[in-house]
Amino acid sequence: MAVITYREALRAAMREELKRDDKVVLMGEEVAQFNGAYKVTEGLLKEFGPKRVVDTPISEAGFIGLGIGASMLGIRPVMELMFWSFSYVAFDQIVNNAGNIRYMSGGLINCPIVIRGPANGGTNVGATHSHTPEAILASHPGIKVVCPATPYDAKGLLKAAIRDNDPVYVMENTILYNDKGEVPDEDYIVPLGVADVKREGADLTIVAHGRAVITSLKAAEVLEKEHGVSVEVVDLRSIRPLDEETILASVRKTHRALLVEENKPFCGVDAQVAYLIQSKAFDELDAPIHRVSSIDAPQIYCKRLEDQQLPDVNRVVREALKVLA
Amino acid sequence: MAEIIDMPKLSDTMSVGTLVKWNIKEGQTVAFGDILGEVETDKATMELSCTVPGTILKIYAPAGSQLPVGAPICAIGKKGEAAPEPSAAPAPKAAAPATAVPAIPEKTDVSCLPAAPASSGSVAPQSDASRAKASPYAKRMAEKAALNVAALSGTGPGGRVVGRDVAAAAAAPAVAAPAGPLNVAVAPPADGKGIQPDADVPVGGMRQTIARRLLESKVTVPHFYLEVEVDAAPLMAMRESLNKRLADAGADAIKLSVNDFILKASAEALRRVPAVNASWAGTSIRQHGAVHLSFGVALEDGLVTPVIRDAHAKTLKDIAVEAKALIGKARSKKLTPNEMSGSTFTVTNLGMYGVTGFFGIINVPNAAILSVGATIKKPVVDAQDRLVIGHRMVIGLSGDHRVVDGANGAQFLQALKQLLEEPALMLI
Repeated sequence: MAVITYREALRAAMREELKRDDKVVLMGEEVAQFNGAYKVTEGLLKEFGPKRVVDTPISEAGFIGLGIGASMLGIRPVMELMFWSFSYVAFDQIVNNAGNIRYMSGGLINCPIVIRGPANGGTNVGATHSHTPEAILASHPGIKVVCPATPYDAKGLLKAAIRDNDPVYVMENTILYNDKGEVPDEDYIVPLGVADVKREGADLTIVAHGRAVITSLKAAEVLEKEHGVSVEVVDLRSIRPLDEETILASVRKTHRALLVEENKPFCGVDAQVAYLIQSKAFDELDAPIHRVSSIDAPQIYCKRLEDQQLPDVNRVVREALKVLA
Repeated sequence: MAEIIDMPKLSDTMSVGTLVKWNIKEGQTVAFGDILGEVETDKATMELSCTVPGTILKIYAPAGSQLPVGAPICAIGKKGEAAPEPSAAPAPKAAAPATAVPAIPEKTDVSCLPAAPASSGSVAPQSDASRAKASPYAKRMAEKAALNVAALSGTGPGGRVVGRDVAAAAAAPAVAAPAGPLNVAVAPPADGKGIQPDADVPVGGMRQTIARRLLESKVTVPHFYLEVEVDAAPLMAMRESLNKRLADAGADAIKLSVNDFILKASAEALRRVPAVNASWAGTSIRQHGAVHLSFGVALEDGLVTPVIRDAHAKTLKDIAVEAKALIGKARSKKLTPNEMSGSTFTVTNLGMYGVTGFFGIINVPNAAILSVGATIKKPVVDAQDRLVIGHRMVIGLSGDHRVVDGANGAQFLQALKQLLEEPALMLI
């Protein structure tokens, strides 16, 4: 099995799907000639030519609308947003048009579009470039949202997203782009709506998604070594559809839950997960559910403060010990 | 208007506090920030500073008393004002959160707290036993085990009954039955003169820790026991000859104890049978790469277990010197938490008291504990079938059967016996 980066895994997913299906096209700002703002699409213009890998003007509402229209006519566009923060410019297209057309056409029109790009804080790019809109988007029926944490999941989820007949929004993370991991050489997908137990444990369940999974796995190591606690880490992978059963099965096993995400806490993904657990596994709980999220403020520009704003290992360990008290 | 000051909640896990001492008397005037007294929690002794200036009207809880969080401890108000009566007397030593709710004349928004901003009303637990605080999981477990959660004492935050409390109660139903303080009915001595006055001695932090940890070990770890008798004569002979030589070293002289040899031999035996140097970790068994050897040191008011790190890599002399230093620190209560944590195996020794054999309770997360008895002279049958005077020592092993099986444990004792009977092997 090859060990490749998260960035290479995403690129491999797109290359394989471009090869497999000639309806697949890539579009976005700088994806072609500049090889991608974060070099995710590097080399794909050269390999597949300008009809399959298309540079767009700096106009998110315009080119996302273009992709949605194309997808309704049978093309399978994979749109890159330089930052998911810029999706707000194209919100009407992304939510109203892509999310509702299948319902409003009585099932006659599908919208098999993929929109992907980084959605994360922690890189000192300021409040307007650091949004994590997975919770906002996932609150709309008709939209699917995934947040891969590892190269394996990045490739498998992106391929599943491209093959899916509904709009699927893939939230990546620039801090993870250089993370390496094992990725099989053969064709595989990670199905949408299936969470993954990244570490088994008996005393506490940590539910996380995106980079918070990596932070939680490190915290689990510390908790085991320094506190003798056995922690299970559940990676949601898909925010919507949400794999309720994997979360509940883990809580039924450990009876304690800590939810970790890099979103802001108010109406975050974990607010939903906390509701789910208390609603369907109330009698299994041996302690109140706790959350670790980003500190509730616009993304702080000062790097040292921003590092404190995001959940880190110390904060996860500290909160885990409270749940375990 | 007078205000009642409650036993504050000074840590997440605190459910009961001991009023170690008062710095104030009734009638005394106190100002903001004055240190009223000291409170011992399960973790530390902390100062109680005043946030309500005024006159101490009444002290409800004498020094030395132990009270649940939220119980009234004193009242502060205007000079000459009558002290308010709490609605019920504070229940000393009630482990369960069922307690008196102080009668609060008005909604109070300030209280004497060192740090945590909580109003005196909000920390007082409910007195209604049917509303005993318990997690949903604990309630469900208790229902299955036919136990009354209201009768259990909770170890969770704020005295909440959690799963482990029900598990412990279910494993030891006789202990869990009484709802209130343990009532030990003892007939008074006939002539009125006992061996000592009847007394309920408050339980301090160290004893709480011993009680909690050993109870947890005994009810959650499936102990099994193995015993072997060792010919201690060669060990005695070697110790005597080494100590004779070492005594000549003048200022650097050290004296090797029997325990030093046993520690060294244990580390060596663990090298040979590493399966015993392990810990149960729920879904896996952690095999420890190094031997961190802990040993029991008895103190006047309890017991501590300092740790000799990397004992497998240390010489007999290293171990003897380090053990002596740790014992000294233990007796003067100078051991740091770091020096008492992270062990992989524990040795206890009651030989000096003439105890011939016993089995210790496993020091979790160790997989086993070694219990060493006294060396005694007794008749033995030697290799030539003659009856001779032997120097025999009985050593016992308590093992965690989740980690170690009888055969592993036996191999360990076999290795240890060989090392003790041919102590020259320890030199290699």
